[in-house]
Amino acid sequence: MKLTGFLLLAGGWIIVLAAIALLPSGPSQVTFVLVALGVEALGLTLVFRAHLIPSRDRR
Amino acid sequence: MTPVHAPALSETSATLSLLFVVLIPCAAAGLALINAGLGRFRNASHSMLSALCVIAVAAAVYFAIGAAWQGSVGQPAFAVHVAGQDWNWIGAGRFFLRGLELGGWSSLATLFGLMSVGIAAIIPLGGGADRWRLGASCASTVLLAGWTYPLFAHWAWGGGWLAQQGFIDSGGAGVIQVVGGLTALSITWILGPRRGKFNPDGMPSALPGHNAVYVLLGCFLAWLGWLGLDGAGAILFTGAEASRVVLIAVNTTLAAGLGALAVAAITRARFGKTDASLCANGWVAGLVAVSAGCAVVRPAAAVIIGLVAGALVVYSVEWLELHLAVDDPGGSVSVHAVAGLWGLLAAGLLAAVAPGDAPGVLLAQLAGIATLLGCILPLTYGLNWLLNRVMPQRVAVEGERQGLDLYELGAGAYPDFMTHNEDFWQR
Repeated sequence: MKLTGFLLLAGGWIIVLAAIALLPSGPSQVTFVLVALGVEALGLTLVFRAHLIPSRDRR
Repeated sequence: MTPVHAPALSETSATLSLLFVVLIPCAAAGLALINAGLGRFRNASHSMLSALCVIAVAAAVYFAIGAAWQGSVGQPAFAVHVAGQDWNWIGAGRFFLRGLELGGWSSLATLFGLMSVGIAAIIPLGGGADRWRLGASCASTVLLAGWTYPLFAHWAWGGGWLAQQGFIDSGGAGVIQVVGGLTALSITWILGPRRGKFNPDGMPSALPGHNAVYVLLGCFLAWLGWLGLDGAGAILFTGAEASRVVLIAVNTTLAAGLGALAVAAITRARFGKTDASLCANGWVAGLVAVSAGCAVVRPAAAVIIGLVAGALVVYSVEWLELHLAVDDPGGSVSVHAVAGLWGLLAAGLLAAVAPGDAPGVLLAQLAGIATLLGCILPLTYGLNWLLNRVMPQRVAVEGERQGLDLYELGAGAYPDFMTHNEDFWQR
């Protein structure tokens, strides 16, 4: 789950780079960047959840 | 992409920026005091020494390689040509500060970098307080000052691809604070919580800081240091005129004050009493958040930035501890990462720019936020995870029980105090 989370984080960033490089300035570019941030939010959630279980086990 | 040019500094601007740069160590002293005060008394000396050591290591590594990777506007850099555009991605300067041109913009930017990398290095100490070995924190700083910090600093301040997009980060909300805050988050994950922090049912126990006076004194010092950070950063990296210095100081002060007031009001309303350590965190969160747009927002916007930053800190600290089991004694993740990300977004939303430029500025800020979360967080976590494999970062159980002062330094900060062992009784 942790690796998937980090891959989603990196994937979101790559979508941002692709949007800036390939799309013309305008609503489509902003939409792609917002979608990428959504992907990153999903990745961050997974990474947090992956760390939740071990840290409670280590109490 | 728009090429970035170094701002032409007048003699007044150069003198002012030098004066501001020498105030920056006050921010380091403030953060070090806050981290020490929020930790336990048996780790106080260790906490302050760790702050000094990581500043020293950060300066040495930045001098050796970091400044070369960061580069500066107008200096050699590696660029890749993609989709008809040049993506300037890392500096190609000379190691050990060879070729540094004294007296110009470049030398002031390098001095600023040398100071601010130390601030970024102190931030993770708050996340790893009470359980992070001194040697490991120094080794982690090598990674931060040698790779993570210079990479993002080049993109935002060194003429890199984010700067080419119009990314605004005058005082280092992203470059210094979020980079440090995300490293703190990685460290808290890798180290795990302090012993006794979570009950068998998973509920967190309160482990209050040992000296609220240190924490609040740290806020005063941080205020002075942030005036330097924001003033110098705005002149050097956003080309702010000397006449804007007053606006920058007003914005910085307003955001800090309103951040603390927001926390005071929320904690009073929710818990019936005002929480001193959270108010201190709100003060610093206001400073952090306004750093991004201090030179381009109006005072009313700085008030909003401070209020939201303070409110975010209260709920973020609670959420991280209660629901996400993140043990962050210094509140570094909430104060530096969360408030810093809010500051970057706020600079895009509230910057006083021409209406036609607003969508471009907001897009650049969103790209910066996505880069910090999608590139810098995995990078800093990965580097520290690898470091932990070859050099365990957490102190031994005995060291945590005894206190890092005695275990690693051989002497406590307060020799007349008695040690209470009830923290380690079975609950």
